[in-house]
Amino acid sequence: MKRTMILPRQIGAALAPIPLLPLLLFLLVLTILVSVTLGRYDLSVQQVALILADNIVPMSEPTWQPVQEVVVEQVRLPRILAAVLIGFGLAISGAALQGLFRNPLVDPGIIGVTSGAGFGGTLAILLGLSGTFLLGVAFLFGMGSIFLVKLLSTVRGRTSLLTLVLAGVVISAFFSAAISITKLLADPFQKLPAITYWLMGSIASSSYTDVLLISAAVVPASFAVFLLRFQINILSLGEEKARALGARVVLVQWIILIATALVSAGVVATSGIIGWVGLVIPHVARALTGADHGRLLPVSGIIGAIYLLLVDNLARTVTTAEIPLGIITALIGVPVFAVILRRVHSSGGWAND
Amino acid sequence: MIDVENLAVDRGSNRILEDYAFHLEAGSVLSVLGANGVGKTTLLASLIGLLKPACGRISIAGRTGFVPQLFEVPFSYSALDIALMGRARHLGLFGAPKRRDYEIVRQNLALLGIEALEKRPFNALSGGQRQLVMIAQALSSECTLLILDEPCAALDYKNQDRVLDLIARLRADHRMTIVFTTHMPLHAVEVASHVLLMKSATDYLFGPVERTLTAENLSDLYDLPIGKAEFAGLDKHTFAPLFGSSGSTFHV
Repeated sequence: MKRTMILPRQIGAALAPIPLLPLLLFLLVLTILVSVTLGRYDLSVQQVALILADNIVPMSEPTWQPVQEVVVEQVRLPRILAAVLIGFGLAISGAALQGLFRNPLVDPGIIGVTSGAGFGGTLAILLGLSGTFLLGVAFLFGMGSIFLVKLLSTVRGRTSLLTLVLAGVVISAFFSAAISITKLLADPFQKLPAITYWLMGSIASSSYTDVLLISAAVVPASFAVFLLRFQINILSLGEEKARALGARVVLVQWIILIATALVSAGVVATSGIIGWVGLVIPHVARALTGADHGRLLPVSGIIGAIYLLLVDNLARTVTTAEIPLGIITALIGVPVFAVILRRVHSSGGWAND
Repeated sequence: MIDVENLAVDRGSNRILEDYAFHLEAGSVLSVLGANGVGKTTLLASLIGLLKPACGRISIAGRTGFVPQLFEVPFSYSALDIALMGRARHLGLFGAPKRRDYEIVRQNLALLGIEALEKRPFNALSGGQRQLVMIAQALSSECTLLILDEPCAALDYKNQDRVLDLIARLRADHRMTIVFTTHMPLHAVEVASHVLLMKSATDYLFGPVERTLTAENLSDLYDLPIGKAEFAGLDKHTFAPLFGSSGSTFHV
């Protein structure tokens, strides 16, 4: 671990004089504004800024056409807000899970929550459910898979790093099979295409209702995780040490697991399976802030938001057809995972557990 | 300070300790000695409360701080971050360290003479420095009983001397009670007021250093002849093993 972890710290120290969080927030706002201008209908950043500002401070005489306002506020903005919320939520849950399991290779996808929630979502679509019901079913199955993974990987009160990842693989495989069965049962002309495209992860058709649904999951979950920032620090020392320091290990673990399942369910319910964000982003953020979760969590969240927004911009502009978001995040995430795995392995990362 | 009565501890289905009992006054330093695998770490784990006694009773007056053996963390926390975690007990579930917590931690870092390491990544520190940061963490929890698992293992002589000196100082200046395990009887000679010689799950000796830490008891404990050696010209002694003589008879 030494070789890989010292260097990022030094970069962080060099950047320390610049207030990181305001800088990132500014970048996020800028990315949002630029993202709104992208697409077939041409708009300038200035126009977008004016149209959006109009909602807060109404102007007497608009300098834009009504159709421009519709493009900005009804067509593009919901999707962009969805990307921001999803990126934020996934990155924060990834950072929290990595701290909780003291394992840099963990994210909601790896430990099986995503596929559990994915199965819940598929089942819900098959049954004709949508909205909050879809979210509810996805959440239940997400929780179920977390519960199973925890059960499988905990022996005599100790959760080993390697078994945790393996248990995640096992549970993911199980739910993938379950998803396949659901697909097999689905009506091949209407529901099957819907399920298949939805599973690849896309926010192309996001509405304000979807944005509300995602916020309902991401906002309280992120808040809960942030409140536990110091407890996550302590838990990352290992369960025994955390107990000796007086931390309420089981309670903190469950709050974080529930929060993570909620984020995954919210994302899955509205946008399908978008993986790997929670794995990659915390590493980038840790390089900037160091390991303390008080600094790491917010920075992870904002970088995650910017990242997913950029990925979504790629998804909708690279080709004339829409590329599902989940495909791009996987294409970027998998090589990064491979590199981290090599580093952890070469520095004897599994040796302690 | 510590009252152990009729203690039995299991790990899984194995009984590691049986019928242990001792009493330690506040302000004492207890050194726990015994062969590898005899259950020293198990005893410490039950003193901290990580292991529940299968039978018997442990009562400890005051707060306990624990310093584990050679410690590594999976992320690049700074030494200050690590020491701050000692404040866990004083912060609520949703709390984060405030100015006062930082002050207490910095005082402890200064007490141990490692305030300059504050910003350094914990995992990049040497074994001795890491040990000191972990002690700072324990002290920051404002404990009155400090439990150390082999605090001198993997340290060179100079660093062993530092840690021993620190234990003596914490006892003298801060009236702390200290329990530590070691494989070196000479550590017990230097700083301990009491020793616990663990021979097996049921067989142990407890008592003040002067009476209990003798060459006979040590030879019996390690199943190896161990002699008492006086430093010429000094009123000090130490213990040394006579290697390569197992099986032969030996008289002190």
